[in-house]
Amino acid sequence: MIALRLERRHPLPLWQQAILPLLSVLAALGLCGLLVLWAGADLVRAYAALFVGALGSRFAVLETFVKSAPLILTGLAVALAFRAKFWNIGAEGQLYAGATAATWFGLTFTETPAWLLLPLLLLGSFAAGGAWALIPGLLKARLKVDDVVTTLLMNYIMLYLVSALVDGPWREPVSQWPQSPEIVEAAQLPILLERSRFHLGIPLAFFCAGLVWLLLARTPLGYAIKAVGVNPRAAEFGGIRTARVIAVTALLSGGLAGLAGAGELAGIQFHLMEAISPGYGYSGIVVAMLGGLHPLGVVLAAFFFGVVNNGAQHMSRVTGVPTYLVEVMQGVTLLAMLAALLLLGSFAAGGAWALIPGLLKARLKVGNADAARALSTLGSRMAGPPGGIDPSLHTLHGAPVSGSPGGDAPPDSP
Amino acid sequence: MEILSVAFFIGLLAAMLRMATPLLFATMGELLTERAGVLNLGIEGTMLLGAMAGYLVAYKTGSLWLGLGGALLTGALLGLLMAFMAVTLGVSQHVSGLGITLLATGLSLYIYRMVIGSPSVPPSIRPFQILTIPVLAQLPVIGPILFRQYLLVWVALALVPLIWLLLFRTALGLKIRTVGENPKAAEVAGVSVYGIRYLCLIVGGALMALGGAFLSMAHFNMFLFGMVAGRGWISIALVVFGNWRPGKCLAGALFFGGLDALQLRLQAVGFQALPYQFFLVLPYILTIVALVSVSRRAAYPGSLLLPYKRGEA
Repeated sequence: MIALRLERRHPLPLWQQAILPLLSVLAALGLCGLLVLWAGADLVRAYAALFVGALGSRFAVLETFVKSAPLILTGLAVALAFRAKFWNIGAEGQLYAGATAATWFGLTFTETPAWLLLPLLLLGSFAAGGAWALIPGLLKARLKVDDVVTTLLMNYIMLYLVSALVDGPWREPVSQWPQSPEIVEAAQLPILLERSRFHLGIPLAFFCAGLVWLLLARTPLGYAIKAVGVNPRAAEFGGIRTARVIAVTALLSGGLAGLAGAGELAGIQFHLMEAISPGYGYSGIVVAMLGGLHPLGVVLAAFFFGVVNNGAQHMSRVTGVPTYLVEVMQGVTLLAMLAALLLLGSFAAGGAWALIPGLLKARLKVGNADAARALSTLGSRMAGPPGGIDPSLHTLHGAPVSGSPGGDAPPDSP
Repeated sequence: MEILSVAFFIGLLAAMLRMATPLLFATMGELLTERAGVLNLGIEGTMLLGAMAGYLVAYKTGSLWLGLGGALLTGALLGLLMAFMAVTLGVSQHVSGLGITLLATGLSLYIYRMVIGSPSVPPSIRPFQILTIPVLAQLPVIGPILFRQYLLVWVALALVPLIWLLLFRTALGLKIRTVGENPKAAEVAGVSVYGIRYLCLIVGGALMALGGAFLSMAHFNMFLFGMVAGRGWISIALVVFGNWRPGKCLAGALFFGGLDALQLRLQAVGFQALPYQFFLVLPYILTIVALVSVSRRAAYPGSLLLPYKRGEA
């Protein structure tokens, strides 16, 4: 029996879960409002232009979907990984891996019909992104190598690989910039709605969100992922093979990011180049956190940032506010959401006064067999330990609770 | 062949020191924060905002020194924000760090666009000049490498023994390391964990920003959006690569800086046998290899990534 000290936190009603992202977004809009005012623009007019630019016409709405799709997929990738406390900061690199695989299919199989080539291309992109994430996943699972640093560094390895490819063997001779030739038409994702760029990858992204929801909510693997995320040691004692679960999570997470790459390459760009993603992988972290690591939340958060990304051009034209406001907004939203999550943790722990750290400590003792089950229903999606939780329980790398049986393993941390 | 000439090597080693300088500032900053138990992934954004702030202040006031002051202040403020998130609120260090990188990157671009606009040629400043130390610069080989450099190169090199002295030979350093290894023990011994972590994050942030400012105020004479180009992440890697030891970090920074310098020179002479990306990607691969090899002997600060809540048993 391991004695675990837990923070009591009841599953929250939906409206409470939804209020935090809304508060974060409002805080971000408010703080970024200062920048808008600095630019000499009228606040209401600027934000109105943002939404008009994103949702003001049929084409604008469809473009917003185009901009949301990669964010849905990278957001899902990050959310799934974070659920298992596999800190995948590498969705950007996995996206590029997927795009590279899609390019290879689109340049190699010039005679294959679309009905065969497209599924192969999507599977290939999924596999490439998954394989790229599997490396840090296995390093974490088997050798306890810190995943934050490895996933981050592997982004750059993939980026330079793409750079070498489009500047070398795949370089299109006629183009001024380093980029690959255009992939064959059969490899291009079909446009589903005329006079738009609404391609097959967009419904696919929504479909993936449904699948991830199903995986997490209704399958043993989803249960295992959540259990490992809550407490790997407890999960291991509960009969879950933690290392395998982390590896599979990494594979699926990277695969989702790889699909985002396939969508951008085969749905939008058609040429592989260094600038295929404006940081969708990193934005995926914001989307996942804002979405509460829940697939539905991810879709909504991705759509919000799709609106912001798509509307920024119009806002800039109308009011002269630089489009870089979008990046600032992402950062502020993420920070606000982190702070808001803390609020949630303290709120659930016993009222708003618990905000003062260490003031209220509602704790209960549970045996380890119950722990995984109990915790999996709690607000385990928090990326950071909320105020008052015993740090040893919430070591971000799942280090064992001190004094636990078999506690001879070194704490895994960078 | 031109590559093998003595002049080529002297030029390469001098450039190695220059390329290592931004890495050294940022690595020493990150080392300080990690030794106190906080991983600061805000580093990449802090470097970029430091580069922008230093350039902008220098451009507006005409004073490079005020520019450096502006960069240091900016970095310190970002460090303060990181400390508020990671220490006071105690939320996840890596996610808040990434948030700060996103925020600082966005702010750099936004502020630059607001103040400078988007001219076809970015306005330049008169950057720091290469200084020559009389007599010493005449020494063969060593002279042109070591004694004909930017002032900030020497500052960066001097920083390494200073950080080492601070960490391993002063009472404050002992406190920092204790806070990083075992904050509870530190608190029991009367050390303010929050205070030490705030201090390290603020000073560390200032150093990161200084690394960025070297890029815009000495290495180049203007601010470019892609200027930092992953050097912040390289510095995160260097701290691991250097096993959280200042001396080893210096060796790593010189090595990685050397690769960068070599890559630029090989490109310049039209070297084709290996793509230049090969040299740029090596630091990342080597760091992952280093991570794997150190994974068995835990050299990292014991409480890295763990928030500390004051007053908890």
